[in-house]
Amino acid sequence: MMMPGGNPNRSGGGSREQAGGPGFGPGRHGGPMGMMIKGDKARDFRGTMQKLLQALKPYQWSFAVVFLFAAVSTVFNILGPKILGKATTKLFEGVMGQISGTGEGIDFTYIGNILITMTILYLLATLFSYVQGWIMSGVSAKVTYRFRRDIAEKINRMPLGYFDGTNHGEVLSRVTNDVDTVSQTLNQSLSQIITSGVTVVGVLVMMLTISWQMTLASLLVIPFSLVFIRQIVNRSQKYFSEQQEYLGHINGHVEEMYGGHLVMKAFNGEEKSVVKFDGFNTTLYSSAWKSQFLSGLMMPVMSFISNLGYVAVAVLGGWLATRSLITVGDIQAFIQYVRNFTQPIAQLANISNTLQQTAAAAERVFGFLNEAEEVPDPAGALELSDVRGQVDFEAVRFGYNPEKAVIHNFTARANSGQRVAIVGPTGAGKTTIVKLLMRFYDVDSGAIRVDGRDIRSLTRRDLRKLFGMVLQDTWLYNGTIMENIRYGRPDATDAEVYAAAKAAHVDHFVHTLPDGYNMVLNEEASNVSQGQKQLLTIARAVLADPRILILDEATSSVDTRTEVLIQRAMNELMKGRTSFIIAHRLSTIRDADLILVMRDGDIVEQGDHKSLLQAGGFYAELYNSQFEPEAAAA
Amino acid sequence: MIRLVRYLKPYLSMILLTIVLLFVQANADLALPDYLSRIVNNGIQQGGVENAVPTVIRASTMDHLQLFLTPDEQSRVMAAYTLVDAGAANYAETLKTVPGVANEPVYVLTTTNTDEIAALDPVMARALLAVSGVEQVMADPTKAAQMGAATGFDLSRLPAGADLFTLLGNLPPAQREQISAQLQGQFAALGESAVQQAATQAVKAEYTTLGMNAASLQTNYILSTGLLMLLVTLVSVVSSIAVGYLSARTAAGLSRDLRRAVFQKVEGFSSTEFDRFSTASLITRTTNDITQVQMVVIMMMRMVFYAPIMGVGGIIRAIDKDSSMWWIIAVGVAALLSLIVVVFSVTLPKFKAMQNLIDRLNLVLRENLSGMMVIRAFNMQPFEEQRFDKANQDLTGTTLFINRVMVAMFPTMMLIMNGLSLLIIWIGSQQVAAAQMQVGDMMAFMQYAMQIVFSFLMMSFMFILLPRASVSGGRIAEVLGTEPTIRDAETPRNFPEPFKGTVEFRNVSFRYPGADEDVLCNINFTAQPGQTTAFIGSTGSGKSTIVNLIPRFYDVTGGQILIDGVDIRQVTQHELRDKIGYIPQKSTLFSGTIESNLRYADDDATKEALLAAAGTAQVTEFIDSNADGLATEIAQGGANVSGGQKQRLSIARALVKQAPIYIFDDSFSALDFKTDAALRHALKENTAESAVLIVTQRVSTVMNAEQIVVLDEGQVVGIGTHSELMKTCEPYREIALSQLSMEELS
Repeated sequence: MMMPGGNPNRSGGGSREQAGGPGFGPGRHGGPMGMMIKGDKARDFRGTMQKLLQALKPYQWSFAVVFLFAAVSTVFNILGPKILGKATTKLFEGVMGQISGTGEGIDFTYIGNILITMTILYLLATLFSYVQGWIMSGVSAKVTYRFRRDIAEKINRMPLGYFDGTNHGEVLSRVTNDVDTVSQTLNQSLSQIITSGVTVVGVLVMMLTISWQMTLASLLVIPFSLVFIRQIVNRSQKYFSEQQEYLGHINGHVEEMYGGHLVMKAFNGEEKSVVKFDGFNTTLYSSAWKSQFLSGLMMPVMSFISNLGYVAVAVLGGWLATRSLITVGDIQAFIQYVRNFTQPIAQLANISNTLQQTAAAAERVFGFLNEAEEVPDPAGALELSDVRGQVDFEAVRFGYNPEKAVIHNFTARANSGQRVAIVGPTGAGKTTIVKLLMRFYDVDSGAIRVDGRDIRSLTRRDLRKLFGMVLQDTWLYNGTIMENIRYGRPDATDAEVYAAAKAAHVDHFVHTLPDGYNMVLNEEASNVSQGQKQLLTIARAVLADPRILILDEATSSVDTRTEVLIQRAMNELMKGRTSFIIAHRLSTIRDADLILVMRDGDIVEQGDHKSLLQAGGFYAELYNSQFEPEAAAA
Repeated sequence: MIRLVRYLKPYLSMILLTIVLLFVQANADLALPDYLSRIVNNGIQQGGVENAVPTVIRASTMDHLQLFLTPDEQSRVMAAYTLVDAGAANYAETLKTVPGVANEPVYVLTTTNTDEIAALDPVMARALLAVSGVEQVMADPTKAAQMGAATGFDLSRLPAGADLFTLLGNLPPAQREQISAQLQGQFAALGESAVQQAATQAVKAEYTTLGMNAASLQTNYILSTGLLMLLVTLVSVVSSIAVGYLSARTAAGLSRDLRRAVFQKVEGFSSTEFDRFSTASLITRTTNDITQVQMVVIMMMRMVFYAPIMGVGGIIRAIDKDSSMWWIIAVGVAALLSLIVVVFSVTLPKFKAMQNLIDRLNLVLRENLSGMMVIRAFNMQPFEEQRFDKANQDLTGTTLFINRVMVAMFPTMMLIMNGLSLLIIWIGSQQVAAAQMQVGDMMAFMQYAMQIVFSFLMMSFMFILLPRASVSGGRIAEVLGTEPTIRDAETPRNFPEPFKGTVEFRNVSFRYPGADEDVLCNINFTAQPGQTTAFIGSTGSGKSTIVNLIPRFYDVTGGQILIDGVDIRQVTQHELRDKIGYIPQKSTLFSGTIESNLRYADDDATKEALLAAAGTAQVTEFIDSNADGLATEIAQGGANVSGGQKQRLSIARALVKQAPIYIFDDSFSALDFKTDAALRHALKENTAESAVLIVTQRVSTVMNAEQIVVLDEGQVVGIGTHSELMKTCEPYREIALSQLSMEELS
């Protein structure tokens, strides 16, 4: 039976606007259609299941109770028809007696007693079933919670490099869809396995106690139907994958055309686009109705089998009853058993599929949790005190991928309080230096030293405390402005936050916002402008009061006035601190104590503005190219 | 949703046929319990005797029956039977099944008209019962007193051993009729069903006397009923498969039509409609929403239509079995519906809350991933873990609550159903005892009750299903009901030949739909062919908006734009855009190859033309660096190409068009200064005849333009060359100074 919302975790999707991006998409399909879609398979089913069992071990007693209760409740439900059948038989005998005038009429006491017994039995079954569900949902909630927490915490321990090669969507999908699949199996499928199994066995036993001939007759159809169902599944599989494929094509085309609507319009591409769409749409239609139809055969076929059983029971039961081999109540009971038999068999048939899907999901979750973590901090790392902020690069060699070094042999020194400008064309790898300094990555050979100490001998925590960072990607989170500034130093007082805000020229615009410092930045932080966001990240860095600064100057989409403010705030911030600046502005570059020129990931030149210009290398070329001869002449 | 109904029109006949088939299916499904009830009632209880009209009857019994029939009834009965005696043609044949014919002649039922038999049934039942009553009296005189009291005719005064039937036959017809009428009254008090059942016993006794095989009669009855059931089952499965076929075709067809209609509509939308709906929402409406509608149509046709047919059919049949027990079904339905209402009113708000909590969890996690560097830089991992934990706990708590309520629903539903069965048996037994119904009927009633309850269950699901679908339907209808704001003129003009490409803005104002203020106000300038016109200004100054008005992505709200003296609203969009090479702010490539992307501008371009355009756009090096050259695959949205290369390819694409007007909407932003310069250099040479309009933030990009238009807050604050503007235009100086230093500008 299908229950709407029976799987609450999946209820999203649908009407909500979900354009792209992961999240809670349609997950495992329920109902008869679900049988048609073959899920993905785990590579190591056994191993994953063992791990999963290990993870469930703390709840073994809960599981024992759940299994017991589920079984007992099912048994009670199974007993029902047989006992009720006795009441009907008694009634029938009474009637027969009345008609033929031989009996003493209907024995209402007997019937009444049976009904009272049944009422108690049913009430108990309900109770057991509910307690079982209650415990199970509790366990599955705990397991789900723990998986999610483990994944979230795992992320913080993993090297940044992992995420270069992994789509954020994939990680999100671990936490949402995969964990959800596991939890759903725990919540529904597990106890379903028990109840279905007990039902099949129990019903079989009950049927056999009534009549082996009728049992045989009603079961005879099942193997045939299973063969038939397999046929349907195999056939529809083809159309299902075709449907998925063309749905993918259509979605891709729609996304592309809507996303590039202006281009499509500008190049008069409407007609082309519609022709292509029609091609996909026609194929989709034919595969869609075929797969729908074939998968839709399942229900009629199942009910046909059930009906065949019904007829078999009615005829054979009637015949046996006339020979007084069974009673009328037995027929009634048997019919209920036959009706209850097909559903659990279908469920059991689907269980391997469910378990495979669960294993595949669990495998991905475990796989993620087992990914390599960052090199642990050295034991007994010393703390730096009174840091001057002298930074040395000593023969640094580094590559994102060990075989392909992007920085080959880099040596430089930034003295305390100096400004280091990093320049180069887009995509030259300017942020690599930043990532190495902050130990988001470790150098392959050579060393980076702060005040003469190899940064790998410090804890990451202590090292990063030395640095303040203002990046082009102005990351702020969905909290108030106050909270976002305080992110720089969580123990700062309100007064300190305001002071930092003033220093970063944030204070003024914050007062123009609704709710001022208490205004919550929305999810995309789109309720403040790009420039204002930049200023907020500067305020955050000001509050952190670091010894060494890392700044990214790129302010491409900021209006002129804000840009002036940002520049001023940055200059203020840099005073007296060693600073690394990913520079775009000529003035910054010219005033820098040291310029690192990057190209294709490597540092190709270093020196100050004058010496680099004199050298006439890549820097000079870059610098001169900005101003064409005729412009300079104008 | 309702607005989409017209799209169902081509499928109307299929839908109607589906409904007819559903009727057939429901009737077949509902017939099964009825057949079962017959097996129990007629087959088992009545020994295979269906009714009180015997197929064979002794001539003597027939004579006795006549005594209790009105003359009219007599003639009807006699018409249905023919006498078979030793001399009859079919005597030998009859002897095979009815050995008793050897002892005395018999009447054989010859009519096959079932209506006639049904009409004779009560008549014969009463007569048979009367005859068997009299026979009992004759066999056991003590019963005579009872009988006499019942008829008001003192039989005990009769001499013992007298043949009552002869006696009755000798009575004057009026008196006999009086007795007969009184008997009828007695039988009526017993109830039809009881008379019927008793009469079948009499028929059975008659058959036994005639030496017929009662057991095989019974077996035959059960088997023939079984055969009928099999037939009904087949009808049911065939019609439900047909329903499946029709619904699959209808749903897939409808969704195909809708998808096409929506797509075609959206392709005709202007930017105004895109802004109104948002691209993401339009995508959802074209894809997910339509899939949603498709699913719902299938569900509707297969289940939702079926439920009421089944429910009503079940009610009719159940009440037919015993009309006094309708209230049990009402109780069952009421209990189930209130359970559903309670469960959903408790959980629905939580469901909504849960959706928000899921979003919240995703948001925190997404922020954790996107802000990884910042979080680690500030050592805020513990804080983030707490934040996630809060979201995780909230979600877990709410989900647990919903699950626990849901977990309660199913067992409770089972309890209600089981309770219903118990109630039916209890009340039903009383009815059976009172001979108001037969045991088989009670069993059928139980099954009908379940079917009715299920159909109400299905109908209640419809109320959960429909709102969701109607949201999707509404969103689709909204798109289909939207007329694009930019349309071609009814009688379009053509540009004069030869086309030169002079773009003139005359007092142009523009305001976004629904905005309070103009973003552009009274703009005047002319861009000449062969010249570069550059637009500069801070964010929000309206420079991008200006160039988006030229290809009519939006229409001006005041003034006019003229190209070669013709208002652009007077030519077709197709002709207008044919003249324009447009490079958007956000470079967009389509999936395919580099070549297919370049050819997007002109299908017939030669390979040389493609390579030349690539050269001008500084992208030759990139193309050559790929092994496949021009045939290099481009992923959807150009995802496998860096931002800078994408921008260059998008420039090359426009150049392939060799348009008289070029629009660069901030199209150099992803290029480094060096490439930017080289590209502008090459452009100058290759677009010498064209009017070039460039929007940019970079002063270095515009310094060489023949004409620079400086914008501030939607107004032109200066037009001129770089050196003129440096002297006269303060906003321009401000921008220039923030980017360059004095000496470089001089």
